[in-house]
Amino acid sequence: MIVLSDYLILAALLFSLSVAGIFLNRKNIIILLMCIELMLLAVNLNFIAFSHFLGDPAGQVFVFFILTVAAAEAAIGLAILVVLFRNLSTINVSDLDRLKG
Amino acid sequence: MFQVPNMQFALPEMFLLGMACVILLLVAFTGVRRVEWVYGLSQLTLLSTALIIFWSIGDGGLTFADTYVKDSLSDLLKLSICLVNVLVLLYSSAYLKARQLMQGEFYVLAIFATLGMLIMVSAYHFLTLYLGLELLSLCLYAMVAMQRDSAVATEAAMKYFILGAIASGMLLYGMSIIYGITGSLALGEVAAAVSMSTGNETILSFGLVFLIIGIGFKFGAVPFHMWLPDVYHGAPTAMTLFIAAAPKIAAFAMLVRLLVEGLIDLHSHWQDMLIMLAVLSMIVGNVVAIAQTNLKRMLAYSTISHVGFLLMGVLSGTQEGFAASLFYTLIYALMTLGAFGMILLLSRQGYEAENIEDFKGLSRKQPWFALMMMILMFSMAGIPPLAGFYAKLLVIKSVIDVDLLSVAIVAVITSVIGAFYYLRVIKVMYFDKPLVEHTVTASSLVQIILSANILMVLGLGLFPGMLMKICSIVFV
Repeated sequence: MIVLSDYLILAALLFSLSVAGIFLNRKNIIILLMCIELMLLAVNLNFIAFSHFLGDPAGQVFVFFILTVAAAEAAIGLAILVVLFRNLSTINVSDLDRLKG
Repeated sequence: MFQVPNMQFALPEMFLLGMACVILLLVAFTGVRRVEWVYGLSQLTLLSTALIIFWSIGDGGLTFADTYVKDSLSDLLKLSICLVNVLVLLYSSAYLKARQLMQGEFYVLAIFATLGMLIMVSAYHFLTLYLGLELLSLCLYAMVAMQRDSAVATEAAMKYFILGAIASGMLLYGMSIIYGITGSLALGEVAAAVSMSTGNETILSFGLVFLIIGIGFKFGAVPFHMWLPDVYHGAPTAMTLFIAAAPKIAAFAMLVRLLVEGLIDLHSHWQDMLIMLAVLSMIVGNVVAIAQTNLKRMLAYSTISHVGFLLMGVLSGTQEGFAASLFYTLIYALMTLGAFGMILLLSRQGYEAENIEDFKGLSRKQPWFALMMMILMFSMAGIPPLAGFYAKLLVIKSVIDVDLLSVAIVAVITSVIGAFYYLRVIKVMYFDKPLVEHTVTASSLVQIILSANILMVLGLGLFPGMLMKICSIVFV
């Protein structure tokens, strides 16, 4: 029998993995975008688990909206990435160093 | 039983959405040739939305199955957001035209971002709040990246996008935890469930931490401020002005809706977190700003310190404190409009007046605008009789009233440190030799309105009673 806390632990693990991925990754912006998606999916898992165990569909509706917004967000993120690559010819995170101080 | 929701409470948003679609079509069919029309129509739209909001002041309540609220707070904030954006578009038009950035897309994004802000202000449900926030953020990411051939602008956009997306993720994680404990996404029901429940405080404050991180990112409070200086610096000044002014008002609404209207019973928990954010923001903002040579970057750090002050009123947890924060937010928006308006005014084709040394000797050729800049800098530093002083006084008073003397002492000390870099700008304007010829090419309308904007900072400092009264009525 899978209980609520199992889902929550899995979601928390995914969430921590994505945060760790964002802060440890120094090479590739695309990996950053993947980590962001993973973060949203962890949240979705949380919402669905709560929604199921509370017997309240509102959480599942929320997940649909998060998925939709995440798609729009990924589109904008990749568009910015393309523009960035045209300007810098690199997608290395550590090369984003023109602005500092 | 299906009930028709009371559409009237969302009339300004519906009008704005309709006009946004009209403007989008106009852009699609006329292309670049008729961008003046697009500009004019956008201004007309924002002004009419402000008028609609003004006419509907008064009655209020919940609508759309309790996901949407119209109250005096939302009326005041929506009105100020629309008016602030009218000024933003006005100040930035000459700058955009000179850089071939005056494209229809900018206005479409600006109108949709305004719509997102209005939705955030009226949200009374986690879902509406999230959707409003994302509508705003997605428009802002695209706006920063609009100068496609600029390496710094695209780098700023990428940083803004990544940190903004992390902030949304954190906020959502917090929302999901609170949803799980309270069993509801509507703020009113969340508040009721939190006050009823006992023994869940630990897990609720676990969710609360993530909410505060999300809010901190959106405000740019230390230690979640990394994006703010880079975005202010890298984005074209017109976009910086847009990001700096109205979205802060919307972020204030988000803070109040989530913490005050949703989780007021956890006040003792979020107070400590906000104290940390406020104190760190004031210290880091004011100290690091001293080292800046770029005026936009300096204003970014000054924004961080202003965010610290603004949080001080909210963390006091009293009606007076909330009113003081609201007052501070509105005055901040007014001062930011003036400061970036001045940078936009002095920049022209091929020349960005964005370094502090570009303001050297401004008083020789442009004594009037040097005086205006001086008023702004004095106001930001918090020197009487300007509005910035009164706003700072109110928030400091609100924390003293709840016996948080140490926070008030940090605020006073850091604002003395902060006075140094504001006064340096004044010194540079009045006592240094000019490096460039300062010419103002903006139309006289822009000059008059910018001057009126800055004189309002003086006027509100001399007669703060009226606005203060409005701010305190909102929170009764």
